[in-house]
Amino acid sequence: MNCRADMLAKDMLDLEEDEDLEVFSKKLLLTDEDPVANSPSSMLNQYQLDEDEQQTGGAKDLLVTVDSPESRVTAIETFIVYRVVTKTARSEFDSCEYEVLRRYQDFLWLRSRLEESHPSLIVPPLPEKFVMKGMVERFTDDFIDTRKKALHRFLNKIAEHPTLSSSRHFRLFLTAQDFSSRKTPGPGFLSRMGETVRAAAISVRGIKSRPEEFTLMQEYAERFGCKISSVDKVSRRIIKEQREYLDELKQYGPLYGQWAEVEEELREPLNLVARCVDRCGKEAEERLRHLSAVLVPALHDYVLCAEVLKTVTKRRDAIQADLETKNEALASKKADREVAELEKEVDALADRLETANSALKGDWVRWQNDMRDDLKSAFISTAEKNVECYEKCLAVWESFLLSQRRDPVERQDEDAG
Amino acid sequence: MMADSGSPEEQVAVIGNTDITPTESENNIINTMVEKGTSVLKKLEINVAEAEKRTGKNTVNMQETYTVYLVETRPSETVPSVSPPPTPDTLWRRYSEFELLRTYLLVTYPYIIIPPLPEKRAEFVWHKLSADNLDPDFVERRRVGLENFLLRVMSHPVLCKDKIVFLFLTEEKRWRDAVLETGFQDKADSRLKSLSAMFRVKSPDKRFTALKQYSDELNTAISQLLRVRARVADRLYGVYKVHGNYGRVFSEWSAIEKEMGDGLQSAGHHMDTYAASIDDILEEEEHYADQLKEYLFYTEAVRSVCRKHELIQYELEVAAQDLASKKQQREELATGMVRVFSLKGMTSKLFGQESQEQRESRLAALEQSIQEGEQALKEKNAECQEFVQTAWEDIERFKEQKDRDLREALISYAIMQISMCKKGIQVWSNAKECFNKM
Repeated sequence: MNCRADMLAKDMLDLEEDEDLEVFSKKLLLTDEDPVANSPSSMLNQYQLDEDEQQTGGAKDLLVTVDSPESRVTAIETFIVYRVVTKTARSEFDSCEYEVLRRYQDFLWLRSRLEESHPSLIVPPLPEKFVMKGMVERFTDDFIDTRKKALHRFLNKIAEHPTLSSSRHFRLFLTAQDFSSRKTPGPGFLSRMGETVRAAAISVRGIKSRPEEFTLMQEYAERFGCKISSVDKVSRRIIKEQREYLDELKQYGPLYGQWAEVEEELREPLNLVARCVDRCGKEAEERLRHLSAVLVPALHDYVLCAEVLKTVTKRRDAIQADLETKNEALASKKADREVAELEKEVDALADRLETANSALKGDWVRWQNDMRDDLKSAFISTAEKNVECYEKCLAVWESFLLSQRRDPVERQDEDAG
Repeated sequence: MMADSGSPEEQVAVIGNTDITPTESENNIINTMVEKGTSVLKKLEINVAEAEKRTGKNTVNMQETYTVYLVETRPSETVPSVSPPPTPDTLWRRYSEFELLRTYLLVTYPYIIIPPLPEKRAEFVWHKLSADNLDPDFVERRRVGLENFLLRVMSHPVLCKDKIVFLFLTEEKRWRDAVLETGFQDKADSRLKSLSAMFRVKSPDKRFTALKQYSDELNTAISQLLRVRARVADRLYGVYKVHGNYGRVFSEWSAIEKEMGDGLQSAGHHMDTYAASIDDILEEEEHYADQLKEYLFYTEAVRSVCRKHELIQYELEVAAQDLASKKQQREELATGMVRVFSLKGMTSKLFGQESQEQRESRLAALEQSIQEGEQALKEKNAECQEFVQTAWEDIERFKEQKDRDLREALISYAIMQISMCKKGIQVWSNAKECFNKM
C-alpha cells in the first residue's frame, strides 16, 4: 500500500519530469508534424540518408547514426561499444553535432527511462539481450552487426517520435561524455517487478468497463503478434532454404567447366554455361543478403513491438484498475477527512487515466501508420530486389543464347579470322 | 578369344562379322532385298504413341504387371513405286523386347555405336520423382526415350537397313522367333565375356585409346553433372514451395488489418502462384536431364566399340605370334637346332632320337599348320582393317551428332532458364504492385 502511494506521489510531484509532461500535454492528439524546431537547416540536407531512412522523406532535424562497434576489455569484463553520432538543429541542444560511445547497457537504461516517463507511449523495442539460437560465442561479427543496425533503428525511431525525441534522457544519452556518472538509475528492478506483478493480478481480476477501443487494441496486439511471428518464421525459413540451394549451386557451375575441358567443339558453349550458372548463383546470394539485411530485421522489430503493445495496453488497464479500486474504497468510506483525501486521490487517478488514454490513442494511430510504412517498404524492397536479380539472370542467359544462335558459317569465319 | 585357327570351310570374310553362319549369310541377302523393296523405310515416321499396363505370366510362371508401348510406323510420304501403299503398322512392345532388339544390334554390328535405350530404373532422381517403374511420369519419359531410340536407329545409315529392325516394327508375333533364329544369343554371351576380359594389347591404336579415354571422361562429367543437377533441383523446389506459406500467412494477417488487408491478400495470391510455378519448371528440366542421360548411356556403346577393336587387335597379335612361333619350330625341326623349348624335343633327347619318318611327319603337320595360320592371319588382318575403317566412319558420324545434339540441349536449357526468370519477374512485379496498395 505504502509504496504504491509513494510511487503515485513521485509521479505527480516529480519536478524533474515536468518538462516532459508539459510538452506531452500540449500534444494530446499526436500528429506526424514535428512540433519542435521545424526549421531544417541546409547542412542537414547534405547528409546521406541510408536505406532505412529514405522512405521517410522530408528533412529531419535530428539525425542519429550508430556505427563502429569496438571491443573493450576491462579487468572484469569484455563488452562492445558503439559510436553514436548526432547531428541536429534543435534549439534544446547546445551544439549541432555530438559523438559519444555507448554500450548495450546504456541503451537499456535509455529505454527503461523512456518507458517510465511515458508509460502510455509505445516505446520502440531494443534487440534482444542474448542470442537466440545458442551460439557459443556471444560476439560474432554477424551478431554485432545485426545488433548495431537494430540499435540504429531504435534511436531513429525515438528521434522521429514527436514526444520521445524531446525527452531529456534521450538528450543526455546522445550528448553526455561522462555518461556513466550522469545516468541516474530508474526506480529500479524491484519496482518494475511490482508493476509486472500488478499487471498480472489485473489480468486475472479483470477491469469493469474497459472502453471498447482498448479492448480492440489488445485483441489486435495479440493477433498481430501471432501473425507477424508467422511471417517472420516463413522469411527465416526461406533464407535457410535459399542458403542450402546456394550451397548446391556452387558445385553445379564448375562441373560444366570440367566437362568443357574434355570437349573440343562443345568447349565454348559449356564454359559459357558454367559462367551463366555462376552468375545466377551470385544473384541468388544477393537476394539472400537482402532478405537478411532488410526484410527479416524489419519483421523482427515488429515481433518485438507486438510485445510492447501488449505491455502498454496492460499498463493502461492497471491505471484503470487502480481508479476502480480507489472508487470502491471511496464508496465505503464515511469519515470526512478520509473521504476528502480519497477524493483527491481519485481525481488525480482519473486525470492520470484520461491522460494515459489519449496518449495511447494518439500513439496507437502513429504506431499503426509507422508499421504500415515500415513493412510496406520492406516488402516492396524485397520484391524489387527479386525482380532485379531475375532480370540480371535473364540477361546473362539471353546473351548466351545470342552467342550460340549466330549462323554457324559466321562463327566459323570468326574462329578462323 | 580365338587363339586357334578357324575351320578351313569358312573362307568367306564378311564385312563386320567375325564368324558368320550360313543363316546370317542368307539374312544379309534378305537385307539387301529389303533395302531395294522398301527404300521408303528411311522415310518412315515412327511413334511410340501410348503405354498400357498388362498382366501376364512370366517365364517362371509368376504373375507380373508390365507396361507395353504402342509402336506406330507410317510412311511420311506416299511413294508411287510401292503399290499397294503400305498401311501403317501398329503393334505393342514391352521394354524387354526393345532390350532384345538392342542386344541383337550390339552383337550384329559391333563396329557401330548402337543408340542407347532409356534407363531401366530411374536414376539421378530428385525427391519428387518416383523411382517406381509403373509411375506415370516415369512411364511417360520412358515412352519418349523409346521413341527416340527407334528414331535414332532408323536414321542410322547402316542400322535402318537391318531386317530384324524392320520386323520389330511390323511383325508383333513373328519377330521374336526371327531374332532368335539369327543365333545372335550365343555371340551375345561371348561378347559379354570378352567385354570384361582382361588382356593386354602390345601396340594399341592411338585413336581408339584416345576415344576410350574420352568416353570415360564424358561419362564421369555427365554423371557428376546429373547428380548435382538433381540436388540443385531438389533445393530449388524447397525455396519455391516455402514461399507458398506467405500466401496462407498474408491471408490470415490481412483479416486483422484495415488499410493493409487488400494489398496483403492479393500479394499472398501471387506468392501461391510463385510456389506452384516450380512444378512445371522442373518437369521441363527433366527433359534436359534426359538429353544428357542419352549421351551418358551412349558412352557405354562407344566404350564397347573400342573394346571390340581391342579384342580384334589382340586376336591379330596372338595370331601373328602364333604363326611366328610355329615358323620358329619348323626352322628348328629342319636344322636340328633347338632354340625354343618344346616338350617333344626334350623327350626325344632323353629317350633317344626320333626316326626320320617321325621327323618328316611332324614337319608336314607343321607346314600345314603354318599355312592355316597364314591364312588366319590374313583374314584377321583384313577383319581388323575393315573394322577400323567402318568403325571410324561411324565414330565421326557420332561425334558430329553428339556436338550438334548437346549444343541444342544447352540452348534449350538456356531457354528454360529464361522462361523461369521471366515468370519470376512477372510474379514479383505483381506482388510489388500489391504491396504498393498496402
